[in-house]
Amino acid sequence: MYRYDEFDRTFVTQRVEQFREQVARRVSGELSEDEFKPLRLTNGLYLQLHAYMLRVAIPYGTLSSRQLRRLAFIARRYDRGYGHFTTRQNIQFNWPTLGEVPDILEELAEVEMHAIQTSGNCIRNTTADATAGVAADEIADSRIYCELIRQWSTLHPEFSFLPRKFKVAVTGSGRDRAVTAAHDIGLRLKRDADGRVGFEVLVGGGQGRTPILAVTIREFLPERHLLSYLEAVLRVYNQLGRRDNIYKARIKILVRETGTAEFARLVEEEWAHIRDGELALPEQEIARIRAYFAPPPYEALADACPELDAQRAGNRAFDAWVRSNVEAHKRPGYAVATVSLKPHGGIPGDASADQMEAVADLADAFGFSEIRVTYKQNLLLPDLRQRDLFAVWRGLKEAGLATANSHRLSDIIACPGLDYCNLANARSIPIAQMISTRFADLEREQEIGNVTVNISGCINACAHHHVANIGILGVDKKGKEFYQVTLGGAADETAAIGDIVGPAFDEDAIVGAVETVVDVYLAERRDAAEPFIDTYRRIGIKPFKEKLYAAR
Amino acid sequence: MPLVRNGAAVQDPWTAVTTADQLDRSGPLLVTLDLWRAHRDRLAGRAGPLGLRLSSDQSPALVADDLDRFDLIALEFPKFTDGRAYSYARLLRERYGFTGEVRAVGHVLRDQIAFMLRCGFDALDLDDRAAAGWDAATTAFSAWYQPATDGQAPIPTRRRHAVPAARRRRRAAVAAGPAGNGAPTRPGRVGGLRRHLGLLIGRLRTTRPEPARHSERT
Repeated sequence: MYRYDEFDRTFVTQRVEQFREQVARRVSGELSEDEFKPLRLTNGLYLQLHAYMLRVAIPYGTLSSRQLRRLAFIARRYDRGYGHFTTRQNIQFNWPTLGEVPDILEELAEVEMHAIQTSGNCIRNTTADATAGVAADEIADSRIYCELIRQWSTLHPEFSFLPRKFKVAVTGSGRDRAVTAAHDIGLRLKRDADGRVGFEVLVGGGQGRTPILAVTIREFLPERHLLSYLEAVLRVYNQLGRRDNIYKARIKILVRETGTAEFARLVEEEWAHIRDGELALPEQEIARIRAYFAPPPYEALADACPELDAQRAGNRAFDAWVRSNVEAHKRPGYAVATVSLKPHGGIPGDASADQMEAVADLADAFGFSEIRVTYKQNLLLPDLRQRDLFAVWRGLKEAGLATANSHRLSDIIACPGLDYCNLANARSIPIAQMISTRFADLEREQEIGNVTVNISGCINACAHHHVANIGILGVDKKGKEFYQVTLGGAADETAAIGDIVGPAFDEDAIVGAVETVVDVYLAERRDAAEPFIDTYRRIGIKPFKEKLYAAR
Repeated sequence: MPLVRNGAAVQDPWTAVTTADQLDRSGPLLVTLDLWRAHRDRLAGRAGPLGLRLSSDQSPALVADDLDRFDLIALEFPKFTDGRAYSYARLLRERYGFTGEVRAVGHVLRDQIAFMLRCGFDALDLDDRAAAGWDAATTAFSAWYQPATDGQAPIPTRRRHAVPAARRRRRAAVAAGPAGNGAPTRPGRVGGLRRHLGLLIGRLRTTRPEPARHSERT
């Protein structure tokens, strides 16, 4: 993992002191709320429906056990004993008071964490594939580049007042687990014919009321030029992005209005001036950062693990968990396990302080003290010996974290919705709870296979409903909550925006509608090996539409 | 509204004009882009200093070829959240090599001062409250991560030149002389020279901090 040196430590400490002083100026009335708002937002502090919400950055989703314990401590001391993990690999605390926030930031700084740029019209926390560094199919380790981007983008003097927020995601594998196509900039690591590392650069992806998938503006950017190229993209956007209409201010609108080819030309023209300047990354700087992400001291193990096989054969629940929640590791004898924060009937992404501590303990005992936060609002233990999986599962089970539903229907992404958020039109969490309760039977979930269900409480699409296989969007119709369904979205390397199936369903009908969609899929699929999205792409929306609206 | 340069309020000798009938005024004259375009020949031949005020949708690229005629470029912030002029200021300094004054005008607040100075602004039109916060605003951070226009070495460069703590301790021990010889240690010429040399050596060497061992990671 990356470790702060004296420069990072000094910087984050100074940032805390700066914010403490800004809060004091707000409290004294020297700063108006309008003037204070961008300052608090770039420190992750939102004003929600009932209280402030503090969003803490978990850079590219990597956490140490010590950091996770500190988050648990903060949850207990400053919140109501829990935290909420988000699709952008951050954690949110829902009940801090303004006066306490500088203290929380100080607690975070002590464990090399911060809340810098988790909100506001600036470059946000860069996200990555949660399995970076351990995935069997990895081309290069995205964490190295995410850390370089984190440092470069932190309080960037030129890009702290952008037209709108700006999100960057990096994937290190051909299997895109970082949803790069839905980001303002998506970076896909690849190697050229000579094996040199570089990036395919995509720009202009985003969701919200105008969902657009990112387009490629450069097929191969050598790693040395990463930061200068990002600076060029941002400089073009900062000057030309629309500032007259908040809904048209994202880079996706600029790219669409300018045209991909012309936008790429503008970027290349700007980049030509700065590519060999101070931002060019010397090989030793990349190597210096890479050294922080050196593999832990793995044991030499055989890939076959008879102990695991015996444990699976002897325990059906454990076997189901391994099937859904355990993935291949690049080292023989090791495995990657998803810690589900999606108990049936629970709140997606929530973890109690006790649960965070339980995961930290398991990471210390079995996983080199490391934890990841995933796009799907779960946690992940990236470095487990296969022979320890049973012990890990038992530990998770005790903490209520062993639901065997990773990638399954009840592994729902949901935004906080009307229960917390002042932008929302409808509740998301209760709908997620009803759906996951309806599909709580593990045998049935396994039968249905992998499918993504995302629920957003408003068109801002924080839960990424546009790119879900089954997307649910809460809308307000004359003061009543309704839910619009989209089908066929995808968040992986085959990214797609879902199609609206028809008129929205009310709260009582939405769970039944999801069930109908699943029934059509089960009836139409070629066999159990054809996942939902493949069936949808083969048969289209019509059969779903017919069944959903047959009674009307 | 004091005009602040290097932390001190200074007299503003410039007269801002918006209509053609004001162009005959003597002394430093600050004109709009429209006036410059309409009266270019007359203004270019003018004896006194000339400044140009650009609104936030007017890039200095529009006058790139004329920049050597101006002694001042004033960049407007209609709202402090409109950040276009940060890019304009950097372009003026880094792309076009503009060496005159680059002034921030409009909605300029204390919490933007540090960003502005880093982007190449050297004069800020501040209200009294913001001007009073100058020192706090410019000393809040001792170093920044990214290269900009302020000429300061960014953190990655400082790291490469930093002397690791272990070597610093060794050097301090050497400078203090052999342990236990009873001689009082005082900062002297030799020690100072040694420190100076050490700094130089530190600058030349690329040092790399030890990555954390996994057993110690936090």
